[in-house]
Amino acid sequence: MIETVRFEWFVIPFLFGMAFVLGYCLIGMIRVIHELPQCDRKRFYLSLINPKIIWKNLRDIFCNCLLHIPLWRRNRLLGYMHMSIAFGWFLLIVIGHIQVLCFIPGRIHTFYHAIFFNYFVEETAPSTLGAVLAFGMDFSLLLILSGIGLAMFKRVASLLFGMRRTTRPSLLDRVGLYSLWAIFPLRLLSEGFVAHVSGGSFLTLPLNWVFRQFLSNPEHMVPTWWAYSIALCIFMCVLPFTRYMHIPAEMLLIPVRNAGIKIRHPRKGFARLEIYSCPGCGVCIDACPMSVKKANIKDTTVYLNRQLRRGNEKRIAEISDKCLLCGKCTALCQVGCQGPELRVAQRSLRRYGINQSYAGFSVEPFKEAVRGGRKVLYFAGCMTQLTPSIRRATESVLRKAGVPYTVMDPDGRLCCGRPMMMAGRLDQARALMEKNREIILASGCDTLLLSCPICYRVFAQEYDLPGIRVVHHSVFFEEMAASGALAHLESSQRPLVYHDPCELGRGCGIYDEPRALLGRLGRVVEAEKHHAESICCGGSLGSLSLGFDKRKDMTLNALRNLTVEDPETIVTACPLCLSTFDRYADRPVKDIAEVIDEAV
Amino acid sequence: MDFGFKLSPSSAVNLDRVDLTLYRKVEAKAPDIRTCIGCGSCTATCTAGPFSGMSVRQVILDIQRGRLALAAKKLDACMLCGKCTMVCPRGINTRALILAVCENYRKEDAK
Repeated sequence: MIETVRFEWFVIPFLFGMAFVLGYCLIGMIRVIHELPQCDRKRFYLSLINPKIIWKNLRDIFCNCLLHIPLWRRNRLLGYMHMSIAFGWFLLIVIGHIQVLCFIPGRIHTFYHAIFFNYFVEETAPSTLGAVLAFGMDFSLLLILSGIGLAMFKRVASLLFGMRRTTRPSLLDRVGLYSLWAIFPLRLLSEGFVAHVSGGSFLTLPLNWVFRQFLSNPEHMVPTWWAYSIALCIFMCVLPFTRYMHIPAEMLLIPVRNAGIKIRHPRKGFARLEIYSCPGCGVCIDACPMSVKKANIKDTTVYLNRQLRRGNEKRIAEISDKCLLCGKCTALCQVGCQGPELRVAQRSLRRYGINQSYAGFSVEPFKEAVRGGRKVLYFAGCMTQLTPSIRRATESVLRKAGVPYTVMDPDGRLCCGRPMMMAGRLDQARALMEKNREIILASGCDTLLLSCPICYRVFAQEYDLPGIRVVHHSVFFEEMAASGALAHLESSQRPLVYHDPCELGRGCGIYDEPRALLGRLGRVVEAEKHHAESICCGGSLGSLSLGFDKRKDMTLNALRNLTVEDPETIVTACPLCLSTFDRYADRPVKDIAEVIDEAV
Repeated sequence: MDFGFKLSPSSAVNLDRVDLTLYRKVEAKAPDIRTCIGCGSCTATCTAGPFSGMSVRQVILDIQRGRLALAAKKLDACMLCGKCTMVCPRGINTRALILAVCENYRKEDAK
């Protein structure tokens, strides 16, 4: 192949767009890294020289950003659509550069030769390498075009792609979307016009033959190359202000997350990175338990991210307060955007006129009450006080199994601090946690047993309790059953469905132990959505603004999901889920402790 | 009857002169405050009650009567555990109400 032209004016729009987007992303990257707290920044830099993390970063970027593996798992059509565009485009760029390297190596330093290669070269003698590369280019283009065809189809039939609802694109999102759709058909046209000179493959050569039947003047091709370049320019210029910003942002998000960095500031650093990494796909809309009501759709994580980008404080506060913090959006999110954590961080920005200090609370009597107690300390928690059957059942099982225990809150004591934490009032939560910690340490116990997943999560993840094992009663009882401490469990074939409480399942990753325990008593059937996709009961303390009257539809939806297999009893492991379901359920709802107590 | 002097300070509340600014602000954010029937279920279940006399029912009464300092003193013990919300027969979102009071309360307005 030989070079025919060195420069043409139509490359200018492309170069401008490229310079703009690269400059913007570079400044953005420096800004985000600079915003990280010093210790996090150091951690990030150190992770970049750790071979294990480097490998993980590369694998994650390849699998998530290019192949979209998580989306394939959701829905094949959706996965193929995203993979074809992302991976196809990647291939086009890579093969384009290989072509330049092989045939005009002197031009590798110019950005535009790899993109507009076919315009600048003439095929003098066909070669195998040239044919293979041209085939690769046409194949990649076909891959992308099929993806774009699917993307157009998805706008009218999203249900086929496993999405009941999709995000409503903003104006700039639409500009980005249509320019993206335009880029590749224009490329096909442009390359089709010149294929008889530059050479081509199965896609461009036949197209060229068709064109030459009625277009004789080669000058006709120049406008399509201009259009192709301008489409690229528009896409790259609007990219930073649209959801397509997730393309560069996610490539930084993955290494930063793999370095183990968490959200520390509501808007800066890692939070900013997550906000810009949101692809606006709308998977979280269907995931959100609130979206059973149409009015709540705009309060899902994808819209929170959009409002955070815009800095619309009023809407940010509304969306942040409304969320139940069930965490399902994070479980399903393709980029791992942490909806609940982002919201709690926004809540923590609010300033209050009354700041509880709990200075007047004396914990000395409580410490005395548990001092020198038994090895197992049982903390029922506030919610269990409202569902005394759970507490009764738990204590009964412990007695029957002969496990000596001390009750930490016989008549209701301090709150664990999780509700305060969910409200974003971290100082207040810490004050409560410190008081509880004193009581627990004074007891001299080695196991802290909890009935409430809300308490369990905060005790397990936030408290500093050296030498003390924090355990939820479902796990504790399963261990007792496995070791034979719970003898004579009555087993039957009655179908039981287990509801994964948000805080225990998604929050702490406990899914299998409760099921194993129930499996000893009856036949465990699964709900339609279970494990990490379990639907919140609607009773969550996470929401600050949603009244119980507005949650009925969510509870009914969660119950419908649980009863698809027509179980005899709904079993859960959370006092809040129990009391919420009990309001509307058409069959018995029980805590796992109650079911065990009946069977022992 | 006004003798021009008092043996002890009066605890009478003149409802015509009460400063309802805080109540109005809370009402705007948590309109269900109007539906409280003062049944005291929230007080009965309150986790903080035994420590401090915290009572959502009384907090509502206090801010309706302009006794803001008293309301603040009670709220100072609230742990936001949410039991009051769960038991309210009127379905009042008491946590939202408590947070609205905490947010809009200004020490300098309290008498």
